[in-house]
Amino acid sequence: MARKISMKQAINEALDQEMVRDPTVVLMGEDIVGGAGGDGERDAWGGVLGVTKGLYAKHGDRLLDTPLSESAYVGAAIGAATCGMRPVAELMFVDFMGVCFDQIFNQAAKFKYMFGGRAQTPVVIRTMVGAGFRAAAQHSQMLTPLFTHIPGLKVVCPSTPYDTKGLLIQSIRDNDPVIFCEHKNLYGFEGEVPEASYAIPFGEANIVREGKHVSIVAYGLMVHRALDAAAALAREGVEAEVIDLRTLSPLDIDTVLESVAKTGRLVCVDEASPRCSIAADVSAQVAQRAFAALEGPIEMVTPPHVPVPFSPALEDLYIPSAAQVAAAVKRTMGGSKHG
Amino acid sequence: MSGHPFPQSKEQLLHAYRTMRTIREFEERLHVDFGRGDIPGFVHLYAGEEAAAAGIMMHLTDSDRIASTHRGHGHCIAKGVDVVAMMKEIYGRRGGSCEGKGGSMHIADLDKGMMGANGILGAGAPLVCGAALAAKFRAKSGGPSDVAISFVGDGASNQGTFLESLNLAAVWNLPAIFVVENNGYAESTSRDYGVAVDSYVDRAAGFGLPGVTVDGTDFFAVHEAAGEIISRARKGGGPALLECKMVRFYGHFEGDAQTYRGPGELDRIRADHDCLKKFSAAVTGAGVIMPAELQAIDLEVLRLIERAVGEAKAAPQPSAKDLTTDVYVSY
Repeated sequence: MARKISMKQAINEALDQEMVRDPTVVLMGEDIVGGAGGDGERDAWGGVLGVTKGLYAKHGDRLLDTPLSESAYVGAAIGAATCGMRPVAELMFVDFMGVCFDQIFNQAAKFKYMFGGRAQTPVVIRTMVGAGFRAAAQHSQMLTPLFTHIPGLKVVCPSTPYDTKGLLIQSIRDNDPVIFCEHKNLYGFEGEVPEASYAIPFGEANIVREGKHVSIVAYGLMVHRALDAAAALAREGVEAEVIDLRTLSPLDIDTVLESVAKTGRLVCVDEASPRCSIAADVSAQVAQRAFAALEGPIEMVTPPHVPVPFSPALEDLYIPSAAQVAAAVKRTMGGSKHG
Repeated sequence: MSGHPFPQSKEQLLHAYRTMRTIREFEERLHVDFGRGDIPGFVHLYAGEEAAAAGIMMHLTDSDRIASTHRGHGHCIAKGVDVVAMMKEIYGRRGGSCEGKGGSMHIADLDKGMMGANGILGAGAPLVCGAALAAKFRAKSGGPSDVAISFVGDGASNQGTFLESLNLAAVWNLPAIFVVENNGYAESTSRDYGVAVDSYVDRAAGFGLPGVTVDGTDFFAVHEAAGEIISRARKGGGPALLECKMVRFYGHFEGDAQTYRGPGELDRIRADHDCLKKFSAAVTGAGVIMPAELQAIDLEVLRLIERAVGEAKAAPQPSAKDLTTDVYVSY
């Protein structure tokens, strides 16, 4: 079927195809072309990790390099979105949201409601998330819960190149503001992706592995940790079902509830800090709505409540591992043999 | 050509007066009704500053965008937002500009190019960069040469969002205009305390923008300066900063005792710096408009405000169903 490409290539292809399809799509961000105003190469970078490389040659001034002014250009993307454009702003690292969050959560997220339904803000903010790059506390966070908390925002965090392309295309076509979280440690991850354009609807979790003994819920890089854990558990006769949430707002809680109704056990895996996390939210909703189905305690696997450390020795301890996921599965299954 | 000493036609002058008078009566009425407890929430009045809104907005069409401030009623009225819908909004009623979900600090009407009053000081400036960028793209594909204008007070002129936007607008050569409404006070703190630079022209120069300072209580000065800046931006000449030095007749918010003002200050600014008095004296003194013509407008405006308040008080309250609608286009 389809050729295999990396997640990075999937993002580039989605942006390219949407720019061809819709002239109101523009990209802006720091060094998304690179080399602006200098004597050297134009398109020198194509984004700090090369995700948008090559798009400038095709789309020219619809790619706008910005000064290092996240408030100004993220706000400009939002303002332009209220004026008939579909801007995709790149916030290089999600950690930089601290300097532009007002534009996201007080402006973009609220226009529709605050203006009585008479505004729409079809903006996408693409941003790199996650640890594992030895990039330390200010370039490694998984801040998905902060965005998910805000009514008016949609939050996406894909785990595969296929989902990345389809969800990014949906994000650009969507009429609400979308925070599109790209795990930097998955940029090189390859998978089958059709060349043709396609959109994946929001709010549809994906059961990436079926099982009957326990439900493991994850998103982003943690989906792969969960799958590794499930493979290891299978060798011991435990069949884990792995659910990739794909979008955190809207959240497909129904798929999780159906799975828990079948398995009776839930493990939530989240790379975000544990308090008020996606894991905590899913756990609470399942406890509230499917308490009777539970045959064991809900388990959460998250980093400890600390900033992301620099030392590789520490960072490797920080990021939830497949072994931790498998251990959590065993805890919720208690002494019982397969529930 | 017009046969009188003003560059504006008589029709334009009457329009300017009507706009300023409507803003004034709207705000004076809110002051009274807020004091009576009729109006919920926070209200920030524009009274005293009308010449800036009128003088600038007369150069704009509906497809030009503005982003306003927490003190936004004057900008809304001058940009053509329906006064009755505004009053309903301020009363939190259905049929308000935002169906009662926004209130005084968030009145918007995108069809009129009004991107919203804003409760976050300085937040409109980046949005205006985006509106100006969109205008630039539209103009490139044969659309009108629209501009976008961000209003800030002297207080918000210190926000990072505002300063970053000055730079971004200059870097991208956007048809964006930044109006600093300097009423002398950031909430209760004087402009002289909070703004380190003496001149906003200097601040603009620091960002590579032309800057102009005018007496914001002089409609004619504002209208002329804004006209030049806006026309330049429409022709691709890029962004500019316009400082309007003005006075605020009321406090930062309604209920502000204004003990930070000097003795006699409020009486003095009402007596000597009332933009409406100055405008009326100029146009009647020159014999261009008869006092009776202005009085006729005054009466019409009073009737309009009376009707707006009556309709607002009679308008239905939003219902429980309205609480959860309009969050997303789809979810």
